[in-house]
Amino acid sequence: MNEHVKGPAAPRTLPRESATFDAYTLSEIRRAAATGIYDIRGAGAKRKLPHFDDLLFLGASMSRYPLEGYREKCGTGVVLGDRFAKKPIELKIPITIAGMSFGSLSGPAKEALGRGASAMGTSTTTGDGGMTPEERGHSTKLVYQYLPSRYGMNPDDLRKADAIEVVVGQGAKPGGGGMLLGQKISPRVAKMRTLPEGIDQRSACRHPDWTGPDDLEIKIEELREITDWEKPIYVKVGAARPYYDTALAVKSGADVVVVDGMQGGTAATQEVFIENVGIPTLAAVHQAVKALQDLGMHRKVQLIVSGGIRNGADVAKALALGADAVAIGTAALVALGDNDPRWESEYEALGTKAGAYDDWHEGRDPAGITTQDPELMKRLDPEIAGRRLANYLSVMTLEAQTIARACGKSHVHNLEPEDLVALTIEAAAMANVPLAGTNWIPGKTGF
Amino acid sequence: MNASTQSHSFDLATAKVRDLNAALHALKEGSNASLWRVSNPRGLHALAAGLDAPVTVEIDGPVGYYCAGMNKQATVIVRGNAGVGIGENMMSGRIEVEGDASQAAGATAHGGLLFIRGQAGARCGISMKGVDIVVGGSVGHMSAFMAQAGTLTVLGDAGEALGDSIYEARLYVRGQVKSLGADCVEKEMRDEHKAQLFEKLKAAGLEGQVDPSDFKRYGSARTLYHFHVDNASAY
Repeated sequence: MNEHVKGPAAPRTLPRESATFDAYTLSEIRRAAATGIYDIRGAGAKRKLPHFDDLLFLGASMSRYPLEGYREKCGTGVVLGDRFAKKPIELKIPITIAGMSFGSLSGPAKEALGRGASAMGTSTTTGDGGMTPEERGHSTKLVYQYLPSRYGMNPDDLRKADAIEVVVGQGAKPGGGGMLLGQKISPRVAKMRTLPEGIDQRSACRHPDWTGPDDLEIKIEELREITDWEKPIYVKVGAARPYYDTALAVKSGADVVVVDGMQGGTAATQEVFIENVGIPTLAAVHQAVKALQDLGMHRKVQLIVSGGIRNGADVAKALALGADAVAIGTAALVALGDNDPRWESEYEALGTKAGAYDDWHEGRDPAGITTQDPELMKRLDPEIAGRRLANYLSVMTLEAQTIARACGKSHVHNLEPEDLVALTIEAAAMANVPLAGTNWIPGKTGF
Repeated sequence: MNASTQSHSFDLATAKVRDLNAALHALKEGSNASLWRVSNPRGLHALAAGLDAPVTVEIDGPVGYYCAGMNKQATVIVRGNAGVGIGENMMSGRIEVEGDASQAAGATAHGGLLFIRGQAGARCGISMKGVDIVVGGSVGHMSAFMAQAGTLTVLGDAGEALGDSIYEARLYVRGQVKSLGADCVEKEMRDEHKAQLFEKLKAAGLEGQVDPSDFKRYGSARTLYHFHVDNASAY
């Protein structure tokens, strides 16, 4: 009590929490101190990042005219992999489903992804656990991932695939391998991965038989030889050095380059890795496009962008910056029913809440998606969930078309950087578009 | 080869790798075109990759990367040295290298027999998933890294960090092991293991020339099968 103040209670300043040591940070310090091991979780970067929200479309005006909604056509089709492959993939919409493993996801969840994507004429992607019959059977277009672990990799499935995606990295953890904890190594998962049941499994972070772009070129040649040059070959990288990684992927012979920003999800990785390694999707697109343009390969080698794509505006912005298509993972799981408030009491029992649940590696997902528990798996009806995904993809496509028509484009691929401005200087610099209301692109043009 | 076997010759000085592989891929089960002689391989890559028929392919000279990759059923004989990843991800069949093999021989392979008469480089049998590999000479460092299943038999020595982070593969080494990797330990060589080793040596055609009793067995201590903070220094 201040000696100089007399009378009743003297005024006091409010308790002040530290911006640096905020409640989340404090809780993590306490958790680390108690357990002695880093925090592992699923999903992508959760912190606030410069993103597509920081961009706006200008729409049509005096100098350009819009297209009529519901009347004038706005195409959404995309062809992937026509550089070398005899059988390129033709998609009806520029939104694909990103790689997610059987093991990480349940069999019914993989089936639902296949059903939803197929209904909309787009592709799904396997993951670090091989190809399941459910997935192949329900996906009219299936991309088979070629990962460092090579779990379940075999030439028969390779030939059944519609495309092959050589995974160098992913946005949530560029430079990191995977892990699948013992709870999810069920007998079926163990058999597909040739592992003992119930062990904590480490997936390699480097490919076992090639290192660097010169080797990759030979590896791609081998994959093409095995599949008689039929399949498009994608190379997926986590967004870190997208200009050089894209250029090297092109040099290595990729038909398609996939660049995944740090908001892209993972099944399980260290929190510190997810939040601190890699760059945001927004910052990666322009660099990847620039690499393709500098090589004269833009639109010849297709670019797929992923990481935090949520709606048709995000799709349109990624395409306007020069991508050919986007991929969604987290958003697709939410469409299936992941983190649905209907399971709120069960999320609370797990010490979390709907919308924040990310302990996907523990296999106790109340929504029955990121689990191998037979009882929990039953909660997801693959037909209903597949329909929900198809609905969601349809909405995203309609939204992207709405924006494209407003900008006077008869195909979503006709969107261009000129249609965009940025709300923040950071976004202007990252996306290489002017700050709204100015002609200023930081680092490029004067005030 | 009996006299009725049809034999084909393929000269890679004039024909392309694509033509060779396309012809081999066109073979179906029961085909009598079962012996293919390939000349002038000159270290070309992906030779005889992706075969899926019970044919024999004899390659007369050195091969590049990923020869006989993902092989099923076929017998591929390399009369020379082999580049990186010979027999990578092979599923079945037999691959024989008369010379030496570079890195990552038999990487991630699921089945069949890979027999290297000479030496094998680093990471031989990396992430192997069920294949049997027999090496007449020595293997380089980090061999059988993260090896999941199958056997690696080495008549010579093994380099540093043999079997690092190994799962359930079995390693038999006759010579010296420079060092063992994380979680890899020497294990007792019981009769069942000698019998298994004898079968592998026999498959390679080495029975009677090598005594299984001269080998030591290595495998997983299984201490790293579950993450535990006390093991952090081992990773």
